[in-house]
Amino acid sequence: MTTKLMGQGVKRVEDQRFLRGQGRYVDDVAIGSDTLHAAVLRSPHAHARILDIDVADVLDVEGVHAVYTYDDLTGPMAEPLPLLIPHPALTHGRTQYALAKDEVNYVGEAIAFVVAEDRYVAEDAVSRIRVDYEFLTPVVGVDAARAATALVHEDVPGNVGARLEQSVGDAVTAIANAPHRLELDLTIERSACMPMEGRGTVARWDPDINRLQVWTSTQSSTGVRAAVAVKMGLDLGQVDVITPDVGGGFGVKINHPWPEELLVPLAARALGRTVKFTEDRREHFISSAHERGQVQHIEVGFDDDGRLHGLDVEFWHDHGAFTPYGLIVPIITSTQLLGPYKPQNYRVVFESLYTNTVMVTPYRGAGRPQGCFAMERTMDAIAAYLGKDRADVRALNFIQPDEFPYDQGLIFQDGRELEYDSGDYPASLEKLKELVGWDEFPAFKAEMAAQGRQVGIGLACYVEGTGVGPYEGAHVHVETSGKVKVATGLTTQGQGHATVFAQLVADELGVKFEDVEVVTGDTRRMPYAVGTFASRAAVMSGSAIHLAAKRTREKVLKIAAEALEADENDLEIVDGVVSVKGSPGNSIDLGTVSVLSNPLRYAFDEKSRAATQFSIGDPGKPPVAEDEEPGLEGKDFYSPERATFASGMHAVIVETDPLTAEITILKYAVVHDCGHLINPMIVEGQIHGGVAQGVGGALYERMAYDESGQLLNASFMDFLMPYVTEIPDGIDIDHLETPSPLNPLGIKGAGEAGVIPSAAVFAAAIEDAEGLTITAMPISPSELYTLRQEHS
Amino acid sequence: MKPAPFDYRRPGTLSEAIAALAGEPDAKVLAGGQSLVPLLSMRLAAPSLLVDINGLPGLDTIEVTGEGDEPGVRVGALARHAAVLASDDVRRVQPLVPLALADVAHATIRNRGTTVGSIVHADAAAEMPVVLTLLGGSVEVEGPSGRRTIPADELYVGPLESSVGHDEIAVAAFFPALRPGAGVGFEEIARRHGDYALVGAAALVEGESVRVGFLSVSDVPTVVDLSGVADDELGDAALAQLEPMDDIHATAAYRSQLVRVLTTRVVRSAQEMAREGM
Ligand SMILES: Cc1cc2nc3c(=O)[nH]c(=O)nc-3n(C[C@H](O)[C@H](O)[C@H](O)COP(=O)(O)OP(=O)(O)OC[C@H]3O[C@@H](n4cnc5c(N)ncnc54)[C@H](O)[C@@H]3O)c2cc1C
Repeated sequence: MTTKLMGQGVKRVEDQRFLRGQGRYVDDVAIGSDTLHAAVLRSPHAHARILDIDVADVLDVEGVHAVYTYDDLTGPMAEPLPLLIPHPALTHGRTQYALAKDEVNYVGEAIAFVVAEDRYVAEDAVSRIRVDYEFLTPVVGVDAARAATALVHEDVPGNVGARLEQSVGDAVTAIANAPHRLELDLTIERSACMPMEGRGTVARWDPDINRLQVWTSTQSSTGVRAAVAVKMGLDLGQVDVITPDVGGGFGVKINHPWPEELLVPLAARALGRTVKFTEDRREHFISSAHERGQVQHIEVGFDDDGRLHGLDVEFWHDHGAFTPYGLIVPIITSTQLLGPYKPQNYRVVFESLYTNTVMVTPYRGAGRPQGCFAMERTMDAIAAYLGKDRADVRALNFIQPDEFPYDQGLIFQDGRELEYDSGDYPASLEKLKELVGWDEFPAFKAEMAAQGRQVGIGLACYVEGTGVGPYEGAHVHVETSGKVKVATGLTTQGQGHATVFAQLVADELGVKFEDVEVVTGDTRRMPYAVGTFASRAAVMSGSAIHLAAKRTREKVLKIAAEALEADENDLEIVDGVVSVKGSPGNSIDLGTVSVLSNPLRYAFDEKSRAATQFSIGDPGKPPVAEDEEPGLEGKDFYSPERATFASGMHAVIVETDPLTAEITILKYAVVHDCGHLINPMIVEGQIHGGVAQGVGGALYERMAYDESGQLLNASFMDFLMPYVTEIPDGIDIDHLETPSPLNPLGIKGAGEAGVIPSAAVFAAAIEDAEGLTITAMPISPSELYTLRQEHS
Repeated sequence: MKPAPFDYRRPGTLSEAIAALAGEPDAKVLAGGQSLVPLLSMRLAAPSLLVDINGLPGLDTIEVTGEGDEPGVRVGALARHAAVLASDDVRRVQPLVPLALADVAHATIRNRGTTVGSIVHADAAAEMPVVLTLLGGSVEVEGPSGRRTIPADELYVGPLESSVGHDEIAVAAFFPALRPGAGVGFEEIARRHGDYALVGAAALVEGESVRVGFLSVSDVPTVVDLSGVADDELGDAALAQLEPMDDIHATAAYRSQLVRVLTTRVVRSAQEMAREGM
């Protein structure tokens, strides 16, 4: 019997290609003189009316093929971009136009689109477009948005896009009656996804068959396909969207269609040429999406032991200039804030506010880091107030293992109940305390203090709803060579899907891992799919692939049983060979089974002769039985009732320099529970990446907008994404595997977890080291120094 | 992020290069390109002509001078940061140079960027301009009217502005040797490993003389004389002569604190070196 691959740290099949520079990204598609290149004129102002756009000078530039402004758009293209996820509370949702109409609302908003021989010429042309603006007052930051002395959109009173309240029990009364009460005011700043590959789109129109091919760096090829079809007035069947290798997404590429994803196909069709747009880094800073910015007010009531009686949270979410992705981020904050805890009574209300800044759509963690920050700061505040151990206060409020499924009584981001399927939080906490040395820390701290050094420890817990619906599908095809081709429609951004999905197929089908090839994100291969976000790929496509492989296996056994004149139940499949258990000589390889599955009229080679009309089949029956299909294929879909809830806890030990306020990470520990692990190495890689992004978000990165709405640090020189030198040297990881009852593999998502608790855990550790309260993240040495000055 | 159109020349002799510069008021010298190319790509600079000096012979030298000349090291215009950093001669003759170079950017950038390019680029956040100023070094330039030597204290005239003429090419920088019994120290604090510093300080202690140069504190490299100042007053004495700035990475107050801390540290290391010999 082959050993099961599920649970093994199988090496990633992707890495050979990636590490040898053989990855193929959108910018690698259609290299050649035939391709035209696009550049975009972006607004230099945060808020202005466009009085006039003069493109006369551009048309003289040699090599320019076309210039588009809003006036050149017609039909659905001239309508605002889609509001992807409507919500009844989003009473004032607004989306931008593919090219600005009359007004610009953030620095970076697309105004004109130039297509030229190459990107150099396109940029030369962009610099010659003259726009007359009438300046309007920019609204920057939550405070300005709330003050509403100026409005982002004239028809949105108070700059409020949405207000949503949810509650369980009566938090206000419970807090009023609680033995102790605390209030906290917290702030968390903006950061952004920074994939190595920015956005990019290539399109080619074939006039002979009226068909459009689009390559785009997206997290949802089916989404882009539908959007392009709608906007260009095409049938879905006329549009193929292919997502090749993607150099990172982290959320920003789930928003779609970006203006360029529509304008590139538009120009390709109009000009009859292949057109390419490749976003540069500055564009990524000012015209993609940001996340995280929130201001929070928390009131909590609790008893002498630290048990929560009620939690009342109000927060203001800065969603930037537009709301294409609806309320997903603040809804996630408001629901996932609860983490592993039972608040008893909970009320949460948020306002989602317009500002004249880049819009906000999910960034890995998607609102959870902010929620975790609110909840975990509250736990630390309670512990500090009562003089109790921070881990003990948390443990007291945990949902217990025997309480699952546990319904938090709220509606989650997918419109379904926030019901946790499984977990074991006390066990996680024990593991974490062990891993980080929680109980030994006070002695270490004293020892360091004796040397004049300051250290602090913090911990933070989270629960993450992963694997949200609606569905994913998979198609498994056994070739006559015995190789297995697997297609699933969601896209891949470097996670290692080709590896883990192949592991699942190899296990279920009994084939060699090397014989399985996985294709993702190609609408020609799997036109029904949703996308890669919300830590859902393994749960959704993994389950679908497992089911599709199972169907294929059934078919294999049926055909093989007939060929071997044996009972299906007596067969086993090992390394791609079906044999009768106990008599290994009596066998047939999967390639031959595949040949037999497809009755042929014509033979093309020695192998296929076996399936021709004079070789197989009962002449008295139709060659393909009534309920059968030719070919050795299996297709299936997985659509869960609700999300599955992964969980985890992080702890960090930091040292802060008494003189320079520099913050050094001494130890970082993670306990993670994503149910059964398909590939522990890949899960750990996801955690490492998440922690790295978390360190960035907690200690380095911010979007430095000035009051006029200019982003002052729109480059990697001033936006301090950490280098590998800033990331902890080692991250200690321990796993707990509490299976999910919701899917056949018992798995939960792992993609975002690593980043969720960072702001909370660093704030806690720095607070512990410094003995002063941290209410705003990220924190730089300069800010820590300021806090010390204020405190002393 | 593509540069505006420009002409490009790669002359084979210094005189051709100078002539090319002289004939085009908007021309710029291209050395390692590690500062200039990003400026071009972001269209913050749009010269009409780039005169690439990488084809000029004999400019990648690193020589120890003495024997009648002032003792020190002379670094040619095409000597890369990495080569200067790796040079045993440089380390022996003037240890402050490698001490500071180790904090210039990252290995890949040091492989291309030139030390002379960094000096004439005149960035007050860069290490080498401060080092040159503190040591009292100089730059040798050649233009249509011949060669001249610009002492470091006449080199920096404003933010990103040096007194090298537009039609002049810096052919070498000269760092005076560390005198026997003298000591140097260097330290900086950057947000990330290899970044431009929030504050950096270089110290030179020679007998009674204590001088400290600062980067990222003012808009030109700044050296203060701290001779005779008590150890525990060094930081405040330095601050009295400086006006640290605010930016998005640090407040002026925090920079002042770093000035205090780093001044004390670099003077202490320089004194130790002076005492112990290197
Ligand atoms: C990511 C990054 C990080 C960096 N970090 C640091 C850092 O921490 N500290 C630091 O000091 N530097 C840093 N640098 C800059 C680096 O040191 C540069 O290499 C250096 O400043 C310029 O040298 P260059 O040879 O590349 O000059 P170029 O970029 O070719 O030229 C820079 C300027 O100097 C002029 N020039 C160059 N050589 C001559 C010459 N011989 N005669 C006349 N004019 C000349 C050019 O015309 C141009 O105006 C960094 C660069 C990058 C890209």
